[in-house]
Amino acid sequence: MQERKVLKEYGDVEITLGSTNLKRGFAKMVKHGVVMDVTNPTQAGIAEDAGAVAVMVLDKLPADIRARGGVARMATIQAIKETMETVSIPIMAKCRIGHTMEARLLEEIGVDMIDESEVLTPANEASHVWKWDFTVPFVNGCRDLGEALRRIEEGSAMIRTKGEAGTGNVAEAIRHMRMVNNGIRQVVAAKDNPQELMILAREMKVSYETVLKVAELGRLPVVNFAAGGIATPADAAMMMQMNCDGVFVGSGIYKSEDPEMRAEAIVMAVTHWNNPEKVAEAQSMVSERKSMPGLDISTMKEEKKLQLRGANL
Amino acid sequence: MKEINIGLLGLQGAIEEHEASVRSAAKALGIQLDIHTVLLPEDLEGLHGIIMPGGESTAMIKQGKKSGLLQALRNKLEDGFPAFGTCAGAILLSKRVKRDAHSEITEGAFPILDQTILRNGYGRQKDSFAVKLPIRGIVDEIEAIFIRAPIIEKTGEELKVLAEFGGKPVFVQQGNIIASTFHPELSGNNGVHKYFLKIISENTYQ
Repeated sequence: MQERKVLKEYGDVEITLGSTNLKRGFAKMVKHGVVMDVTNPTQAGIAEDAGAVAVMVLDKLPADIRARGGVARMATIQAIKETMETVSIPIMAKCRIGHTMEARLLEEIGVDMIDESEVLTPANEASHVWKWDFTVPFVNGCRDLGEALRRIEEGSAMIRTKGEAGTGNVAEAIRHMRMVNNGIRQVVAAKDNPQELMILAREMKVSYETVLKVAELGRLPVVNFAAGGIATPADAAMMMQMNCDGVFVGSGIYKSEDPEMRAEAIVMAVTHWNNPEKVAEAQSMVSERKSMPGLDISTMKEEKKLQLRGANL
Repeated sequence: MKEINIGLLGLQGAIEEHEASVRSAAKALGIQLDIHTVLLPEDLEGLHGIIMPGGESTAMIKQGKKSGLLQALRNKLEDGFPAFGTCAGAILLSKRVKRDAHSEITEGAFPILDQTILRNGYGRQKDSFAVKLPIRGIVDEIEAIFIRAPIIEKTGEELKVLAEFGGKPVFVQQGNIIASTFHPELSGNNGVHKYFLKIISENTYQ
């Protein structure tokens, strides 16, 4: 691994910052929780009160990015700082794919995690940020196991499905999670067959060691969330049932007409996903007439799909 | 005691890491362990002790209150039910909690440990750190992983401090309850989990 930890004096002892264990450990602490997209401190306060484990600060919600077009960049620094001062839960923010400097700035102002996100306009079509060089942990999107492992090999400390952000349509998140799960099953089945593992590694363009790790663990070596199109408590519980460690909700909350109640209900559905009675209780807290209208993905033109953006290497 | 039913507070956070650690600790001690995820008040039945993982205490409290779990668990803890809290878990178990350096003191969800604890006392994730520490009577050395960890500022006389860092307590015990502001479950060392299983084995609470 390319791990770069920082050693620092603390009184008369030496402490370690930014190690892989610390970065992946941060992601472990948000498991079984909901990370909510927000665009201002007021929305962040609502998210915290609803039981969010972290908020993701954006300039515009994915649905608005989609509607407005143009270039989507990292959020205003002042807006991120104000949100950091308002809530006590962790703050995440997005940088453009491959925009190492946006990432550096987000690290500098002290966000707790960076999402190198296809929701923003990719800045480098050739490569992603080399995340081992940072002490702040990163989360990256994926559509299948290979993409997840490529990001992990670049230093990502957490993975999420890409789904299709800003659509209110969970179908793509389900597809991506299914692809990851199928990939893991295939690797686990080849566990005792080094040649087959090597072939899988070559197909996925990752190292043999990384594939072997997945075979041993029977899961990704980092926390794996669902994201992209989750709009209701039932959507969130569905993703948990597919072995996700937690969910990101983007436009689904603040593009609905009942954001406070919906935020609470989605958190409840994630906590109790394995208990249909409780998920039904959560789902009863929201009205389908107030859900974001959403977009059909099957008729969507390829160039409109955010999931296809960014270097596929 | 050769058979132990242990509960894992399952509201949110690093639940599976504790599960793996306590499982390996039980195996090493030759204890038959049954692990139960605790989400609702009825999940507490028949348990000998509970582990409260790290995560976001605000999120845990929100869900735990709704179902009545917090009240039910508080009643048990006040009667001497063994518990082991890490990070957020340690906050839940504290008598006095400060949201930040300037905020007023409020009561933890389970106000048992006679201590004042400051949430995110070391700062944000950029200040998260690891350091090798001994825990008196438990392990000679453990990699203590502090993630947006709280700081225990003041402790009462009932509390035993078993490890310190930077002059502040980081591992404490009061009766059947142990708490750490760091994450033994991420260290690969199951010594603390063994110690907790021993507390449960020797406990008279039923």
